[in-house]
Amino acid sequence: MFKKIGFRLIFAVALTSLIIIGVFAYFNVKSQSDSLISEVERHANQLGETVVSSTRFDMMLNQRDRIQQTINSIGTQPQIRDVRLINKFGEIIYSSDSTNINKMVDKRAESCYACHSEDKPLEQISITERTRIFRVHPDSNRVIGIITPIYNGKSCWQAECHAHPKDQKVLGVLDVSISLAEVDKAVAIREWEIVIFALVAIIALGLLIAFFVRRWISNPVNDLLDATKQVSAGNLSYAIKEHGNDEIGKLGESFNNMTKKLSDARMQLFQSDKMASLGRLAAGVAHEINNPLTGVLTYSSFLLKRTKDNPEFQEDLKVIVRETLRSREIVKSLLDFARQSVPKKNNADINEIIDKAIAVIDNQLSINKVKIVKHTESNLPDLFVDANQMQQVFINLFVNASDAMEKNGGTITIKSQRISVSPYGSTQIKKATCSKRHSLMDNEFKIDGLPSLKVKIISDSKESLIHLDPVYGKHRNSFNLDFKNNRGTKFVCPECSISLVQQDKVCPKCSAPVLVFEIEGQGTYEVCSSENSDWEKWDFVDSAGLKEYIEVRISDTGYGINRDDLSKIFEPFFSTKGQKGNGLGLAVIWGIIDNHNGSINVESEVGKGTTFIIRLPLAQQR
Amino acid sequence: MNNSSNILVIDDEQVIINAVIKICSLENYSVDAALNVKTAIEKISKNYYPIIICDIMMPDGDGFQILDELHRTNRNSAVIMMTGYSTVENAVSSLYKGSVDFIPKPFTVDELLSSVSRATNYQQIKDKQKQLLKNKYNCEILYVTCPAKYLRLGYSSWIFQEREGSVIFGVCDLFIKTIESIQEIEYLDADTEIAQGICCASFKCGNDRIHKVLSPVSGRIVEMNEKIKSNPSIIEKDPYFEGWIYRIIPANIDYEIKNLIPCSSDRL
Repeated sequence: MFKKIGFRLIFAVALTSLIIIGVFAYFNVKSQSDSLISEVERHANQLGETVVSSTRFDMMLNQRDRIQQTINSIGTQPQIRDVRLINKFGEIIYSSDSTNINKMVDKRAESCYACHSEDKPLEQISITERTRIFRVHPDSNRVIGIITPIYNGKSCWQAECHAHPKDQKVLGVLDVSISLAEVDKAVAIREWEIVIFALVAIIALGLLIAFFVRRWISNPVNDLLDATKQVSAGNLSYAIKEHGNDEIGKLGESFNNMTKKLSDARMQLFQSDKMASLGRLAAGVAHEINNPLTGVLTYSSFLLKRTKDNPEFQEDLKVIVRETLRSREIVKSLLDFARQSVPKKNNADINEIIDKAIAVIDNQLSINKVKIVKHTESNLPDLFVDANQMQQVFINLFVNASDAMEKNGGTITIKSQRISVSPYGSTQIKKATCSKRHSLMDNEFKIDGLPSLKVKIISDSKESLIHLDPVYGKHRNSFNLDFKNNRGTKFVCPECSISLVQQDKVCPKCSAPVLVFEIEGQGTYEVCSSENSDWEKWDFVDSAGLKEYIEVRISDTGYGINRDDLSKIFEPFFSTKGQKGNGLGLAVIWGIIDNHNGSINVESEVGKGTTFIIRLPLAQQR
Repeated sequence: MNNSSNILVIDDEQVIINAVIKICSLENYSVDAALNVKTAIEKISKNYYPIIICDIMMPDGDGFQILDELHRTNRNSAVIMMTGYSTVENAVSSLYKGSVDFIPKPFTVDELLSSVSRATNYQQIKDKQKQLLKNKYNCEILYVTCPAKYLRLGYSSWIFQEREGSVIFGVCDLFIKTIESIQEIEYLDADTEIAQGICCASFKCGNDRIHKVLSPVSGRIVEMNEKIKSNPSIIEKDPYFEGWIYRIIPANIDYEIKNLIPCSSDRL
């Protein structure tokens, strides 16, 4: 429970407020109690003075009964504990408590100490020195005692009665003790009030913080946590719904953005794999169909020749020949799509290619009332591409765009610009060697259409080849499953049997040996030898930083493509044009872009239009 | 003329062999067959076949091995490559390596027969040339070789690179000599994209035979020779200058040039 942010925060705030309220309460109570006591003190002092001056006359007349009566009547007041009059010898002459009369007071007693500490009576002492606070018993109420000295006066030594000597200064003292019970009670109540206030304040503060923490932190963080769980479980379409405009809201927003990008990338990867396998399938099917088709076509055209005199046969045979020729065209376009041939690349200006493509279909576009708007970045560096194939790509896209707008016409917007993208997952290893400069590229074994890296593995006196993905960051490695990868396994160059294992280094993820390849002119490439790890490192590429691309966006103002179709448009034979198209156009485009190590994406909104985004790598591949 | 020539057909599919035999028998050719490269090479070493029709891809090898074997044993058979559309590039490079023609599978009777007839004529011209050389006559009486600085695809079509970057394209005299007189030419429209090794024009000749001309380069057709439209015989009279067919903006000439034979080598 204490691990939750909310509780930690509440605890910290409660502790802080406890300290603040405590300190505040201490000084508050102290000052209140001080002022109350000083009030009582003043009151007692005044009382003492009053008693002294009111009994003065009686003293002078030596009317002791009256003095005693006055003291008694004062002593009966509820808060006054005791009123005593003590003479200079320390004898209690009058007291509200009659049992104390004629008792001697010890000069060293607490009440006398202030004046008699020097063993001689002082003449003038301040009020604070005349005041004392004490307890009669340890568990009784506090009492404040104040002594009022009775000074010698002219009338005193001239009085007839027991006249005091003239040189005596203090004749005696009046000691008034007042109970502090009321004051103590008030202070105690005040203390309780403050404790209760502090508790209420802390609880209220805690609840308030709990509420806001839940609202501003816990809930959004939990949402984020749920979202990460969903995403890690593979649900990439999960998005965080509400997010405010605070930091967590922005985190949520960027999280959504990230998952979207991730899902796009996964779609692309998925598409790439799918297209590659479809391509192989199509090529295989087309190739296999070619032979039987040759049989049908040759025999039917042969019969057509042989039955020249028989018009009845001629008609039917012509249909067979015509339809077989049509099949031949379909196979041809299928192979166009599947063509795994390397593009014939040259340096070319992409804007020029676009211009050429526009020139080719300009007529057709103007008939369809299609306007072309170009926002091409000038002075773009040359791309290393098959200009012919790229032109085909653009023409196909323009024709598609024009078809999507049909009779009403519209606008095709073309944008070209330079962009930068991270190299991880997109850079291909083209020439890998062992330390003795033997090539480790295997053209026979291709991974996703690209020559793989071959490594001979020797384990328990058995030998085999493993193939590694040539694309940095994709890990589509092919390991021989019959081979158990254990401690004794050796990884060597198939030609010279030199070890490819990096000395003094293990995979930071799984501690398996690390294989090292020399890449001609591009440093070394390191990869974990375990099939379970995806660790790999290519400093040369990493340090080169972002990879540069030229991006071309082709937008139309046509129907748009609905969501369901969007994922299928690059598949062969998928067409929305009905009889008009064979559904291979975009598949061929995809194949061409893929052969150029580029990527093609589509964004579309039904009713608004479609945008195709093509990215082609800028750096010339060595 | 002489239709008794022997043909060897090499393909791993019996149905295609049968089809070729049937078709060739229409024109009274006698046809021998081999189902794989190994038997084919055995047969070549034993007999002389003026014409060999060969599939490029076979289980135990490819058509290039046949070409190499012919070259090694110094036999000048005319080789026609058969291939699927997927391996057009291979077919084009086979033209560089000495085959005389290729036909994409699947093919019709007419396509095969026109190719075979050209190969037969080609073979006869070459034989005659040999004879003449032996007798130390000048061989140029038989056909005009194409000018230096021209490049040709096999023996059939040529290109000349113009200064502006475009190329002009036409057919070689030897090709014209292997076909009958041209009666009609079927063109592709301007602005059409063509690829190297793909048919880009058809000559309709006497005898109702249609001969297809393969494009030596990939690119876009920008212009065609209007003169030969009205008068196809210009091609026969001046195949290298007045009788050009298309002007093409090449797309990948730097790459494709390796499959073209420089005509200057013909004069050595």
